[in-house]
Amino acid sequence: MNKIPSALTLGIRRGGLEIRQFARQRESVVFTLLFPVILLAIFGSVFKDTIAPGVTFSQYFVAGMIASGLVNTGFQALAITIPMERDVGGLKRLRGTPMPASSYFIGKAILIAVSMIIQIALLFGFGLLFFGVEMPTELSKWLTFTWLVLLGSACSTALGIAFSIVPKSGRGASAVVSPIVIILQFFSGVFFVFTQLPTWMQQLAAIFPLKWLTQGMRSVFLPDSFAAQEVAKSWETGRTFQILVLWLVIGIFFSVRKFKWDRD
Amino acid sequence: MNVIEVKGLKKSYGQVHAVRGVDLSIPAGEIFALLGPNGAGKTTTVEILEGFRGRDAGEISILGFDPQTQGYAARQWRDRIGIVLQSAADAGDLTVIETVKHFSGYYSKPRNIDEVMSAVGLEDKSGALIRNLSGGQRRRLDVALGIIGSPELLFLDEPTTGFDPEARRAFWALIEQLRGTGTTILLTTHYLDEAEALADRVAVINNGLIIEVSTPAELGGRATAQAVVTWRDGSQIKTEATDNPTAVVARLSAHFGGEIPELAVIRPSLEDIYLTMIGGRDE
Repeated sequence: MNKIPSALTLGIRRGGLEIRQFARQRESVVFTLLFPVILLAIFGSVFKDTIAPGVTFSQYFVAGMIASGLVNTGFQALAITIPMERDVGGLKRLRGTPMPASSYFIGKAILIAVSMIIQIALLFGFGLLFFGVEMPTELSKWLTFTWLVLLGSACSTALGIAFSIVPKSGRGASAVVSPIVIILQFFSGVFFVFTQLPTWMQQLAAIFPLKWLTQGMRSVFLPDSFAAQEVAKSWETGRTFQILVLWLVIGIFFSVRKFKWDRD
Repeated sequence: MNVIEVKGLKKSYGQVHAVRGVDLSIPAGEIFALLGPNGAGKTTTVEILEGFRGRDAGEISILGFDPQTQGYAARQWRDRIGIVLQSAADAGDLTVIETVKHFSGYYSKPRNIDEVMSAVGLEDKSGALIRNLSGGQRRRLDVALGIIGSPELLFLDEPTTGFDPEARRAFWALIEQLRGTGTTILLTTHYLDEAEALADRVAVINNGLIIEVSTPAELGGRATAQAVVTWRDGSQIKTEATDNPTAVVARLSAHFGGEIPELAVIRPSLEDIYLTMIGGRDE
C-alpha cells in the first residue's frame, strides 16, 4: 500500500498553492506589499527632522514599518482571511481530507514569509532610492535582522492562526482584528518614538511582541549609540528573542488545540 | 464486515435530543440513502460518521475505524473516505485542474486526474477559474474532489440541490458509474426521486430515530399498498382503489369493449409513502 504524503511535503505544496492564490488577488497584492512603502512616503515627507544626531525619522520609521509589516501581513491578514475561508466551507472540506492541520499551518507560514521578504525588499528599495535610508554594514546586524524576520514571521503567523478562532464570521473579522493591530502599533512605538510615549503605554506594549520586534529592528537600523535612548538603556536583544519565542509557543499551542474548521 | 456499523448513536445539544439511538449497517458496495425532514437528526448523524462531530453515546465503526480517531490513524482513515459537503465556495482564484491536482496529492492512491475530470464532465473547464464556474459545475468539482482519492466510502450530502433536471440526470449517471467501481455511498437527499433512482436501500429518520430501513420499492409497505385505477366514464372521472389492479383493468376493458378512456394505474410514489411516514409525527 502506498504511503500518505508527509505533513511537511503537503505543507510545502500548500505554501505554493497559497502563494498562487494570493498572487491572483491583484488588489490585495499591491496593497499588502506596498502599504509599508506608502506609509514611509507619507511619514518621511511629514517628519523631516532628525530624532537623534545622525538619525532621521525615516530611518527610525523603517524599523517600525518592517516590524509592523510582520504583524499586518501575518497576524492581521490571517486572523481576517481564515474566518472567511471558514465561512465558505473551505476549511471544513480540508478537514475531510487526509491533509493534517500542520500542513495547512505550514502553508500559511510559507505564504507569510514569502510576502514579508518581498515587502521588505520593496521597502529597502524605495527607502534607499527616495528617503535616504541607510542600510547596516555589520554582518552581526544582518544576522540579527534575519532571525528577527524569521522568528517574527513565524510568531505572527502562529498568533494569526490562533486568533482566527475569535471572530465569529469572516464579515466581522476585520472589525475585531484591525483596531487591535492599530492600537498596538501606536503603543509599540511604530509611528512615534517609543520613549516619548506615556509610561503606562510602554508597559502595556511590552507585554506584546510588536514592541519587541520594533525595538529589535531599531537595533539593526539605528546606530548603537541610540541604544542609550531606549527604555532599558540597551537593545535587550536576548530578552526580545525570549519574548518572541514565548509568543510563538503560545500561538502554536492555541492553533493546534483550538483551531476551528467549521462555523459552529 | 460492513463498511458502516452504528449502534445506539446518541447526540444532544443542551436540551435538544438531535439523535436518540440510531442503528445502521451498510455493507460494502451499497448505495444507501438517508431521508428525513430538516431537524430530524440527519445532518448530525452524517457529521458524526464523517468525524466532524463528537457523540454522546453509541458505537461506530467506519471502515473499521472510530471517526473520533486522532493523529496518523485519522489520516489513514481519511485516505479511504471521500466527503462531498453541502457547500464549499473557496479557492475561487484557482483553476479547476490546479485544485483537482492539488487535492489528489493528499491521498496515497489517487485516481487518474484526467479520468476524474471527464467522469464529472469538467474536462472542458479544466483551465477555468473556480470563481467563474456555474453552480452545477462547482458541484461537479465538489464531487471530483470527493472521489479523487479513490475512496472506499463516499459521503454525498444533498448532492444535486439547485441542479436543473438535465444536470441531475447527468449526476445520477456519474453515481451509477461509481457504483460500478464498488464504492460504498451514503447519500442524504431531499429528493425522493433521487433516492429511488440511486439507492439500494433507504432509511427514514425522524425525531432522531430511524423509523424504517428498506428498499425504495418496499418502504412503508409500498410494494403491497393498494393501487388506484382511474378512468373516464362518460363525463365522469372514476377511481377505484384495489389490491388487484390487473383484474380491474381487465374488467373495465371488457366493459368498454377494448380501450378504456383515460386509463391510469397509480401506485403510491416513494414521496407519498415518505410523507405519510413522517407526517403526523410531531415537528
